[in-house]
Amino acid sequence: MNKTKQPLFHIVKRGEMPWYFSWGIRAAAIVLALVCCGLISTIVTSENPIQIFVTIFDGSFGSSRKFMVLLQNTAMLLCIALALTPAFKMRFWNIGGEGQALAGALASAACMILMKNQPNLVVLPCMVLTSIVAGALWGLVPAFFKARFGTNETLFTLMMNYVATQLVAYFSVVWENPKGSGNIGVINPNTMVGWFPEILGNKYALNILIVAVVTVAMYIYLNYTKHGYEISVVGESERTARYVGIKVEKIIIRTMLISGAICGLAGLLLVGGTNHTLNSAIVDGRGFTAVMVSWLGKFNPIWMILTSFLLVFLGRGAGEIATDFGLNSSFGDILTGIILFFIIGCEFFINYKLSLTKTSKKEEK
Amino acid sequence: MEKRVAAVKMRNITKTFGSVVANDKVWLDIYKGEILALLGENGSGKTTLMNMLSGIYFPDEGDIFINDEKVVISSPKDAFDHGIGMIHQHFKLVDVLTAAENIILGLEGKLDLKVASEKIRQICDSYGFDVDPNQKVYDMSVSQKQTVEIVKVLFRGADILILDEPTAVLTPQETDKLFAVLRNMRDAGKTIVIITHKMHEVEDLSDRVAILRHGHFVGDMPTKNTDAQEMTNMMVGHSVNLNIVRPDPVDPQPRIEVNGLTVRSIEGVLKLEDVSFTAMSGEILGIAGISGSGQKELLEAIAGLQPVESGSVCYIEDDGTREELLGKDPLSISEMGVTLSFVPEDRLGMGLVGGMDLSDNMMLRSFRKGKSFFTDRKSPRRLAKQVVKELDVKTPGIETPVRKLSGGNVQKVLVGREIASAPKVLLTAYAVRGLDINSSHTIYDLINQQKQKGVAVIYVGEDLDVLLELCDRILVLCAGKVSGIVPGRGAKKRDVGMMMTRLGGNNNE
Repeated sequence: MNKTKQPLFHIVKRGEMPWYFSWGIRAAAIVLALVCCGLISTIVTSENPIQIFVTIFDGSFGSSRKFMVLLQNTAMLLCIALALTPAFKMRFWNIGGEGQALAGALASAACMILMKNQPNLVVLPCMVLTSIVAGALWGLVPAFFKARFGTNETLFTLMMNYVATQLVAYFSVVWENPKGSGNIGVINPNTMVGWFPEILGNKYALNILIVAVVTVAMYIYLNYTKHGYEISVVGESERTARYVGIKVEKIIIRTMLISGAICGLAGLLLVGGTNHTLNSAIVDGRGFTAVMVSWLGKFNPIWMILTSFLLVFLGRGAGEIATDFGLNSSFGDILTGIILFFIIGCEFFINYKLSLTKTSKKEEK
Repeated sequence: MEKRVAAVKMRNITKTFGSVVANDKVWLDIYKGEILALLGENGSGKTTLMNMLSGIYFPDEGDIFINDEKVVISSPKDAFDHGIGMIHQHFKLVDVLTAAENIILGLEGKLDLKVASEKIRQICDSYGFDVDPNQKVYDMSVSQKQTVEIVKVLFRGADILILDEPTAVLTPQETDKLFAVLRNMRDAGKTIVIITHKMHEVEDLSDRVAILRHGHFVGDMPTKNTDAQEMTNMMVGHSVNLNIVRPDPVDPQPRIEVNGLTVRSIEGVLKLEDVSFTAMSGEILGIAGISGSGQKELLEAIAGLQPVESGSVCYIEDDGTREELLGKDPLSISEMGVTLSFVPEDRLGMGLVGGMDLSDNMMLRSFRKGKSFFTDRKSPRRLAKQVVKELDVKTPGIETPVRKLSGGNVQKVLVGREIASAPKVLLTAYAVRGLDINSSHTIYDLINQQKQKGVAVIYVGEDLDVLLELCDRILVLCAGKVSGIVPGRGAKKRDVGMMMTRLGGNNNE
């Protein structure tokens, strides 16, 4: 007999499979992730893992206030992810969501501060308009250079983030309040000029509602409109796009205007609806987390609701354990990392399977 | 019959990709010192089967025996260790390295270019190859690159060579040279497996044919006991007509007039020089030439996709009105009312979107119709269903991404969409490249139907036999210049071949 070792298993690509199969794999991955998290928590902190999971859950659902914060944060993350998605579908790697949202936030804060004696009826429309324009402008610059000179959009959008951050830092000093603090503080705390109205006594309701509308609109835009179709064609193959007469440069610029505009809208919601202030950390890294939301949701706005919810839920839970158990706050991040690892890793098992090598029973005749 | 020794025995080989069974319990023997032609339609599993022999894929089930010894081939290196080497359709060479460097690339042990070059010379001399070990790959013609691939495999001591459609990119003269070398290698005791779709090559070269159909082994026989008709029938599973009809053109009128067309690539290389011709309605104008002689640039210039240095391309309407097409992009050409269809060479990279399904691909041409902001999904779906039905496209459904279809079916989808717009001009580039004989004939029939409807067809082809049978006139390109235009009826293959390599052809020799 020969000495060559028969490999024990090999990797085979799966074909079509029913939906419950892939969801079963995802569910199994989450269960495994939780088991793994429990083990690590017990070993590292010698706390009861069940207690830790309960606390994670409490972080999001512990009180109605916490629940509203969960929804609000999910909406904000989702909003930026929705903004990035059309660009991603076009294979334009816009990682400048942070800067585009900051530009929008800066514009709305400027309106609130400079027009503080005007009625809300004037200020709010101004905020909407300027923030959307500011975000779109931040998206337009890299798009223009990409379309004209073929510059690398990843680097360009990234650099635009720093420009926006520094601009906000500059204006934080210009508009500082009180003097000498270097911070803007809450804008118009008494007159509430430029603050979003409450709906049904809930101050986040309007934000959540707006994002819900954007989600549905984006879903329709990407899947049922001529623009959405052009975006998909350009993303899949620029040469095919040119071949059927699509002007690729025009699509790049148009799509990035939309992408930036929605980021600008997110900035508006953060300033006018949530924080009523401006600082360079107001977007809080969502411009980057949104990249993950969009990818995990496979560029489908409806799936992205789930993925943004999951990420915010994990983040809130991580914060909760840190305070409740007096652990280093990084511990929560470790758990989040483990769970994400399992969720992303399970996609491999959805696309491929390991099959044991079979040897045929029949002997040579 | 003389006693034959099996070099390779494949037993019960099964390979599935998801739900698709590419090979189903295939038994295949390959004998020492023979040239075996492996035949089958597109998607019948020929390449998959050979990829398992060369270590690219690993079989789900079944055993492989080399010289009656059971072996496990789980990587290309294992394959080399058992003396199996495969020359793929797409060459795997590093452009900036020399022939010798490419050949020894990846080998273990001390790197000694001198010894290697010497060994390469020996291999070349013994089989009649023509390779300069110090030539850079980027300086080589397609046929030279292929030679390097073959020498690379021999250098590693392969006794069993597998060639996947080696002649698809060669001129007739180069093909003859390759075949001579392959015969030398067979006579020296090597075993050769060749995958090809060209029947006359099978008859010309091989000793035995083995036929696969839908992943099953259907049979094998000595080549001398069979003919193209029988082999084709076995491949397809029923009897097919292999004649290409050539109806006479009806009332040909000038439709496209090209004058003094000169094109440079972005790098400044002259791709087309002073090309002039007229394409007539109701006729097929064939374009022959070694690949890369400017065919792509010519078609793309007419279609509005290629910037042009000088010259003119005129579209002539039925009433004699002339419109200049140069300087216009595809959108403005179609807005002028010129229905120009183009089946480009790169189907999935240019003509279709691989990741989209059939009906979305149908939409590429029609999605702009109407004022609505939303897309009309119904008519492309209807068109997709119609194309699937009329051209017999094998697909699980119209929601299948076209990337998952086999080459022939991809081409049917593309051609089906392009002729659905009732074109006045039809440009096709290598419309049957990689297609099996049955699919090829479907495409020829479609092109002929268009011709009879009065369409001016420009057919860029590589198989001279087909060009000579199908086209009314043949324009021969040689390094970007028009080497001559000959009538298709009565043209000699040898003459056209000469014109491809030398301006005007038939000089001396």
